[in-house]
Amino acid sequence: MDLNNYSSNDFHDELIGPGGRPRAAARAIWKYLKGLDSEEVAERKAACELAAMVAGITFRVYFEDTGIDRAMPFDLIPRVISASEWQEVERGLKQRVQALNLFIDDLYNDQRIIADGVFPAEMLEGSENFREQCRGFSPPLGIWAHICGSDIVRDGDGTLYVLEDNLRIPSGVSYMLENRQVMKRVFPELFEDSGIQPIDEYPSQLYDTLASLSPRPADYPTVVVLTPGMYNSAYFEHAYLAQQMGVELVEGRDLVVNENDEVMMRTIAGLEPVDVIYRRIDDAFIDPEVFRPDSMLGVPGLMRAWRSGKVALANAPGAGVADDKVVYAWLPEIIRYYLDEDPLIANVPTWKCSEPEDLKYVLANIGELVIKPANESGGYGMLIGPRSTKKEQREFARLIKADPRNYIAQPTLALSTCPTFIQGRVSPRHVDLRPFILSGQQTYVTNGGLTRVALKAGSLVVNSSQGGGSKDTWIVETGN
Amino acid sequence: MLSRLAENLYWHGRYLERAEDLARLVNVNANLNMDLPAGISAGWEPLVRITGNAQAFQQRHDQAGERQVVNFLLADEDNPGSLKASLEFARENLRSARDLLPREVWEQMNALYLKGQDTLTGNLAKRRRHDFLRELILDCQQIAGTLLGCMSQDHAYDFILIGRYLERADMTTRILEVRGHDLLPKVDDELTPYESIQWMSVLKSLTAYQMYRRHVRLRVSGNDVLRFLLRNEQFPRSVMFCLRALEDLLAGLPGDEDQALRQITRLQRRLNEVRLAGLRGKPLSELMDHLQAELAETGVVIRQTWFLR
Repeated sequence: MDLNNYSSNDFHDELIGPGGRPRAAARAIWKYLKGLDSEEVAERKAACELAAMVAGITFRVYFEDTGIDRAMPFDLIPRVISASEWQEVERGLKQRVQALNLFIDDLYNDQRIIADGVFPAEMLEGSENFREQCRGFSPPLGIWAHICGSDIVRDGDGTLYVLEDNLRIPSGVSYMLENRQVMKRVFPELFEDSGIQPIDEYPSQLYDTLASLSPRPADYPTVVVLTPGMYNSAYFEHAYLAQQMGVELVEGRDLVVNENDEVMMRTIAGLEPVDVIYRRIDDAFIDPEVFRPDSMLGVPGLMRAWRSGKVALANAPGAGVADDKVVYAWLPEIIRYYLDEDPLIANVPTWKCSEPEDLKYVLANIGELVIKPANESGGYGMLIGPRSTKKEQREFARLIKADPRNYIAQPTLALSTCPTFIQGRVSPRHVDLRPFILSGQQTYVTNGGLTRVALKAGSLVVNSSQGGGSKDTWIVETGN
Repeated sequence: MLSRLAENLYWHGRYLERAEDLARLVNVNANLNMDLPAGISAGWEPLVRITGNAQAFQQRHDQAGERQVVNFLLADEDNPGSLKASLEFARENLRSARDLLPREVWEQMNALYLKGQDTLTGNLAKRRRHDFLRELILDCQQIAGTLLGCMSQDHAYDFILIGRYLERADMTTRILEVRGHDLLPKVDDELTPYESIQWMSVLKSLTAYQMYRRHVRLRVSGNDVLRFLLRNEQFPRSVMFCLRALEDLLAGLPGDEDQALRQITRLQRRLNEVRLAGLRGKPLSELMDHLQAELAETGVVIRQTWFLR
């Protein structure tokens, strides 16, 4: 593979350091790739594509009402992170999720953080994901977000930032697991002696996390994965996780809540009780008795069963209150408030326009910042400072001054790149990373996560529905 | 197990069996036409009748030549009974139930489906077609083999088999019904070599020729073939074999409802009691129609008992 002319064009590169030399953790893979002739590269590329296709790593794309399968683009060059750096990230993520869970539990109960003047009450009022139906209830272990997927990016100076925490129904972990399977098939020799940390234990960790929530701890709990159905874009993942955990994959129509508020599933032997539901259906659709009455995907009475403690739901309804931009901006304060610790992993610096000092800074630097409406339901767009006109900036300044608490601002980040195989050549492409954090009786962070890559040159959009692909992510012991 | 998945697996079993049987039918019919004397042809239209699609076919085609029939049976995406559609349904039903099966089965099913999508394009050359269908039969057998060798023989497996045996029994009766008519006018009681060829084609379409010769050492005659394919208890594509398998499978399912089981044992009795000697033409058709109707009714009862509550 011709790697001599590779350059990341001044962006921080995940594999290549200053002077064009591979970073310590990436030395083995870089040397290996260099040693491949073009025929060997083509062979491995084809093997990757075939393996991915055959395994059904596809996501459904809707096209004129017929679901068609398209192979999820998968790049054969892995993204490599050193184990020592990852340990820091892991600690930071655990801290974050712990604080977020305490925060959610507080919001639905005593609201101490508001009473103590740390988090403003008015921020809660506009929250789209705050569920009044969850007030005065605390789920088992006080945990609301059992499965969290945080998006991490690296800026030009090499610092890792958490860009957002997905606390509702984060997806992508199946691609992480499948990518590794494909890589092991295609590059077996690398896995034999490169000290790459395994990731395969995720499904059993997930199962343990879910089982620990069971209201019937004495028995073997019945855990199920609840999917909206096979036409959902993440259906592959739902099926995959259920299979890997050895539990039933159910749809709303498979479940029924009886008069004792117990959740039962319809089986060939009649109705059987269910203890824990890993639900992959949005809050708004899970129970037509409580939320959207037109939902065909949910289970009437599910909220009743949950609130009476007869069934555990992961993630808990209402957990999404903590993953909108308002809360994000307050996360450093939230961590300090509940844990009395400084954040171990950085937030992207965020200016809250509700704070007079911040507001002054934002108005003075509007051309360099990204302005986001803090409140999702606000209906206003974003302003990307460097790409905006003076007129747009003036307009935004006016909007911000009129309603400062509705806006946050962040610097524009220079996302890091990773060498990516594009049309026979290795070129830099921007990447992000989504690790997954499980919270039950114990907390667990995946070794790495799903690296998403924007396949278009210069693009920052890593989303799979918009031409993004993915890579295997290696956490590698470097020995020093 | 979930009722919904039981139903998916049942249909997967049915559709995969249907795909395999369609491949057998088309290949054997092509062979038969090659063996018959010039001027006499088994034609292709009977295949449309075997699959019970005459009406849909006539809406689309004026004549039933090889090209039209083969295209209709194999590649027509608008014909829900086509091989292409069967592979798609077999796969889609498996998709939702894939977490119950060994992963290899999904991979094999996916590969088979993709192969079908690539190959069944409507202008399939004859030589290529033959090879493809032969391969497809082997691919289906590979899936059956992987299930047998790698899957726990639990209820999920049972429902695949129930679908498979119901479909197979149905298809065998259809082949007998349509191929049971004499292709040649009868001159006297002597068996003509062509009559023999006709019945050999029936056997071959079910890969039954070799097994038949081991059971029935005489030359191939209509009555013996009929008896073999309806009543033999050792050959896995005979109707009786399928019914015995269904009896065992249904008896092992949970629940107190035994209507499906009673239905199957009634069918077995009927098959054992009916007089097969000299049975051909209309009475043969009527018997096969009866068996098909009873098998369809069994499908309805299975659905009511285990798929809907």
